Amino acid sequence: MDIDREIAATQEERRRKEEELASLTTLTFDRDLYGGTDKNEYVTSIPANDEDDANVDGMDSEFARKLASYTAPKSLLKEVPRGDEDDNSLGFRQPAKIIDREDDYRRRRLNRIISPERHDAFAAGEKTPDASVRTYADVMREQALAREKEETLRAIAKKKKEEEEAAKAEKEAGGAAAAAAPKRRNRWDQSQDDGASAAKKAKATSDWDLPDATPGIGRWDATPTPGRVADATPSVGRRNRWDETPTPGRVADSDATPAGGVTPGATPAGVTWDATPKGLVTPTPKRQRSRWDETPATMGSATPMAGATPAAAFTPGVTPVGGIDLATPTPSAIQLQQAGYMTPEQRNLLRWEKDIEERNRPLTDEELDAMFPEEGYKILEPPASYVPIRTPARKLLATPTPLATPLYSIPEENRGQQFDVPKEMPGGLPYMKPEDYQLFKKLLDDVNEEELSPDEQKERKIMKLLLKVKNGTPPQRKTALRQLTDKAREFGAGPLFNQILPLLMQPTLEDQERHLLVKVIDRVLYKLDELVRPYVHKILVVIEPLLIDEDYYARVEGREIISNLSKAAGLATMIAAMRPDIDNIDEYVRNTTARAFSVVASALGIPALLPFLKAVCQSKKSWQARHTGIKIVQQIAILIGCAVLPHLRSLVEIIEHGLNDENQKVRTITALSLAALAEAAAPYGIESFDSVLKPLWKGIRSHRGKVLAAFLKAIGFIIPLMDAIYASYYTKEVMFILIREFQSPDEEMKKIVLKVVKQCVSTEGVEADYIRNDILPEFFRNFWVRRMALDRRNYKQLVETTVEIANKVGVADIVGRIVEDLKDESEPYRRMVMETIEKVVTNLGASDIDARLEELLIDGILYAFQEQTSDDANVMLNGFGAVVNALGQRVKPYLPQICGTIKWRLNNKSAKVRQQAADLISRIAVVMKQCHEEQLMGHLGVVLYEYLGEEYPEVLGSILGALKAIVNVIGMTKMTPPIKDLLPRLTPILKNRHEKVQENCIDLVGRIADRGAEFVPAREWMRICFELLEMLKAHKKGIRRATVNTFGYIAKAIGPQDVLATLLNNLKVQERQNRVCTTVAIAIVAETCSPFTVLPALMNEYRVPELNVQNGVLKSLSFLFEYIGEMGKDYIYAVTPLLEDALMDRDLVHRQTAASAVKHMALGVAGLGCEDALVHLLNYVWPNIFETSPHVINAVMEAIEGMRVALGAAIVMNYCLQGLFHPARKVREVYWKIYNSLYIGSQDALVAAYPILDDEHNNVYSRPELMMFI
Amino acid sequence: MQASDRFNINSQLEHLQAKYVGTGHADLNRFEWAVNIQRDSYASYTGHYPLLAFFSVAENESIGRERYNFMQKMLLPCGLPPEREDDS
Repeated sequence: MDIDREIAATQEERRRKEEELASLTTLTFDRDLYGGTDKNEYVTSIPANDEDDANVDGMDSEFARKLASYTAPKSLLKEVPRGDEDDNSLGFRQPAKIIDREDDYRRRRLNRIISPERHDAFAAGEKTPDASVRTYADVMREQALAREKEETLRAIAKKKKEEEEAAKAEKEAGGAAAAAAPKRRNRWDQSQDDGASAAKKAKATSDWDLPDATPGIGRWDATPTPGRVADATPSVGRRNRWDETPTPGRVADSDATPAGGVTPGATPAGVTWDATPKGLVTPTPKRQRSRWDETPATMGSATPMAGATPAAAFTPGVTPVGGIDLATPTPSAIQLQQAGYMTPEQRNLLRWEKDIEERNRPLTDEELDAMFPEEGYKILEPPASYVPIRTPARKLLATPTPLATPLYSIPEENRGQQFDVPKEMPGGLPYMKPEDYQLFKKLLDDVNEEELSPDEQKERKIMKLLLKVKNGTPPQRKTALRQLTDKAREFGAGPLFNQILPLLMQPTLEDQERHLLVKVIDRVLYKLDELVRPYVHKILVVIEPLLIDEDYYARVEGREIISNLSKAAGLATMIAAMRPDIDNIDEYVRNTTARAFSVVASALGIPALLPFLKAVCQSKKSWQARHTGIKIVQQIAILIGCAVLPHLRSLVEIIEHGLNDENQKVRTITALSLAALAEAAAPYGIESFDSVLKPLWKGIRSHRGKVLAAFLKAIGFIIPLMDAIYASYYTKEVMFILIREFQSPDEEMKKIVLKVVKQCVSTEGVEADYIRNDILPEFFRNFWVRRMALDRRNYKQLVETTVEIANKVGVADIVGRIVEDLKDESEPYRRMVMETIEKVVTNLGASDIDARLEELLIDGILYAFQEQTSDDANVMLNGFGAVVNALGQRVKPYLPQICGTIKWRLNNKSAKVRQQAADLISRIAVVMKQCHEEQLMGHLGVVLYEYLGEEYPEVLGSILGALKAIVNVIGMTKMTPPIKDLLPRLTPILKNRHEKVQENCIDLVGRIADRGAEFVPAREWMRICFELLEMLKAHKKGIRRATVNTFGYIAKAIGPQDVLATLLNNLKVQERQNRVCTTVAIAIVAETCSPFTVLPALMNEYRVPELNVQNGVLKSLSFLFEYIGEMGKDYIYAVTPLLEDALMDRDLVHRQTAASAVKHMALGVAGLGCEDALVHLLNYVWPNIFETSPHVINAVMEAIEGMRVALGAAIVMNYCLQGLFHPARKVREVYWKIYNSLYIGSQDALVAAYPILDDEHNNVYSRPELMMFI
Repeated sequence: MQASDRFNINSQLEHLQAKYVGTGHADLNRFEWAVNIQRDSYASYTGHYPLLAFFSVAENESIGRERYNFMQKMLLPCGLPPEREDDS
């Protein structure tokens, strides 16, 4: 008790003190405003929501109590000013790795190989290509080999499986064997795991059975290795990938092979060192074998140095054999250096592996002694021939020791290296991320650049620039990018791409980095032009994945690069580079290649590509080629849209035979391509499709499943192109198939059928009667079922199709059929019905609906509205609103019932329900007015008024919106509660910070200020003015705009003086946006109350010696003259002295703002006879032309432009002439800039103003025509 | 030009200006500018019919002839360019 009393007393005391304090700090007219009434009567704040309450700290609440004072809000003053860099990053998402958001399919890009550069036939001319270069023929041969391999593998797998099957069948002998039917592989190019695991015993063949998606070895040397130029003459024999295992020569300079990063998660290359392929049908078993045998031996002897262990470093984590070396517990430089190259996953793997190695290590003698009994056996000497190496490959790969002796040697320690701290980058290079080490590690070595060979120097230089582009600050990036571009030809295509492309294949790449690197490629491409030819395929390998990226901008970027690439390399090179990929065994490769080809077609023109496409689409060799060819056509159609029209016929001709192809996939893609072509060509080009109509329509009778779906899709897109009669005929032809497929359980088929029905129905020639009789019954029976409402896409498609049907057959038919379902027990289904009714009624109105249906409809809607449990998309609400609005006066009888529902729901416990009820009022207010239910509305108004204490901001916003709607329709005078009661209740709500509340509140207040200001005492309006200042800070532009307008209305209602005083005081605040809005408000007040009421006070304010205030005044003047336009001619002389002063001020911003004021003034008074004042002002503006700050110079130039309009070009030209041929170039530049804008603006007018030039020697400069007179 | 205003609106403005034939730059010499002036003038004469009519009355030529003459003069309005001085 005592304590309570004490607390109360303390609080009382504090309150008193605060009051004293407040009276000192607040302005004096605070007392005037609030008069004798007790300030505490007003609600000073309304809790926005529960959370807000918790967040309010002492400072904010104090601030809220003393809000009437208008300095900058403390919460803003508290705000720490941020640097510019921070702001820059604000707009962007956190850097995200691309790989994280990719699905498995897209990740297959990492499996592709950056192929070695190819022969450039154009550059070589007639010469026979050197045997060491890869020519088109080589690539094609490789491709064929790969296919052959694939096929063989499949055959093997199949055979094995069959054998297995047979064995099983024999073993189990019963009917049970049948149950173990093999899982059919549906993708021929998918991994072969199941086949392989079935054949467990054939472990030796594991290399072959690896999923082909992981070309372990091939990746290795496909990686461009910059240092390898020295051994650019590899053996003639290397043609296919297998042969390109690191050859001895290359391993020797392994230091230069930064291949590590490219195979991070890849399959071990070393697995098969000792596993010679046996018992397999290999294309070239013999040669291969020799290679395998050769390699390890060389490696062992060729890796004597720390940091030079290639194999282990390249595939550290994954190579199950490399572990031993890494397990050596020395702080050796190698290990840690290698650790630096690893990604976290790799490191993890490594740790795990180390553990495994530890457990499986050979037992020592001591251990054996401990294990075995002491007698009962004899320890033998190892035979002389015994070599203590368990697996040769493993040992060889393991600890790198000189001379391949398995002895331990102490690795050289590099004490200068700091391992966990990122090394300070020399030469101002940006910070290097751990992932970057593997590609940029060379930059970490301290070398004397002078000692390097030119090639190495170049390489280092490129590396530095790329690192700057990738990780540098924006200025660094800019300069690096420019250098790369400028020196592109000097660096050469090879060294550039050999470094850029691996970077792009890095699995840890982020969006931003990729964007930058792609930009580098783009710039470099432009410079290199035809030099890029040998690298086209390489570039494509890294750029093609961009075409299927989920990010739109990445796709655009990819397209741009490929289009530039094709322009640089030419069609022949592009085709030569991409042709082998067209029938690549990997679907991913074919898919991206098709897309890339479509880009090439759009870049170089379709006609250029047509002969090639034709050949590909008719390829006899493989169905994949045909498939890809047809897919290219589809992609072309999708990419270039209606621009296919001129080539439509030829494109259709190229692919039409695909409809009868023997392969099902080809038939499907052909139909899809036709659909894409028809969609692109719509509504033209039906004549081009003539030849495919028959096969299509015949096809739908013979096909089933996926192919049928594709055919139907094509038909769906072709029918809308037809003339009315044909459309009707063909629709009837296809319809019975469609109706049959209505029952299909396949979701995809359902969607396509719905879409085709929609397309058919919307076509002109299809009559309502036909639809009504033939389609509707089946349609509703099959599709209007609850299940359809559960899948989002089905739902959407069904609603669309039904709406389209309704457009043909009318409202009554459709609504009549589904209206009963509004009372269905499934809510999603009810929602679907409601959405359909809403759309149909909005489209077609309600005039078709008869009295009975109307009753059913209202009944159903009320039921559905009341029964809803969740409605996030506002379907019910919108439906209700649409129906009521469509019925118009016919709702009158139901209004009491509806209002009863609303009132009941306004009182509901759930905030969502209350909000919806209020929203519904704002939807139907107009109709209520039409039905002359003003009394009812008045009643609702009072009810809403009572709910203004609502604590949920969302609901409060809706309630305010409902009040606004009612006020709007019944007007200020008839409003109940009366405006004079309503507005004071709104004032405290203006303090609410919630956006929706603010927006609706300010709208309502603005409305009242506009239409019914006289109902409210001036004092209340002043109070509102203070609140409004706060709203100028709102984030939403609409709120700020409404606030500024409200200032205008209030000023109109109570006169500008007081409002203006408030606003001018607000110019002193710190926050820029607040000041800007204030200046706008001042300008609006000036506009609504005539400038003469505002200008004196405004100009007086300029005398305040404070930068912000003066600038604010100038800015208001600028806006003011912009708003009042030609009214400005009466005030221009009044403000000229002020502008004179401002234009001579030392402060840049003064001059800038004054210049923009002058511009608006000049433009406003052009042609109104104020030239004298304007010339005077121009004299003050002119000296500012040499300003360099972009904003200032812009404002000045615009002012001069304004003068050109107001004074005429001739006068400005006279100013200009003095500097056009000034001896100082800086001066000339500025003057010519002015001259140019003058020239562009009014060239013709200058003819009369050009100076008279005298003739010279034999040049005529005079213009005698101008001397003529009659 | 400074690095800062390479990317602002001014540079775009200059780019825009450079697209128009007849705009100038700091290295324009007297002859080049005069050529532009002359061509602009002739274009203006032929473009304004009253002006053309005025000249034809003054010169006692048909309007068509005047127009033709002006257009011809636009080819080399100031004669051949003077020899470049060595230092420039």
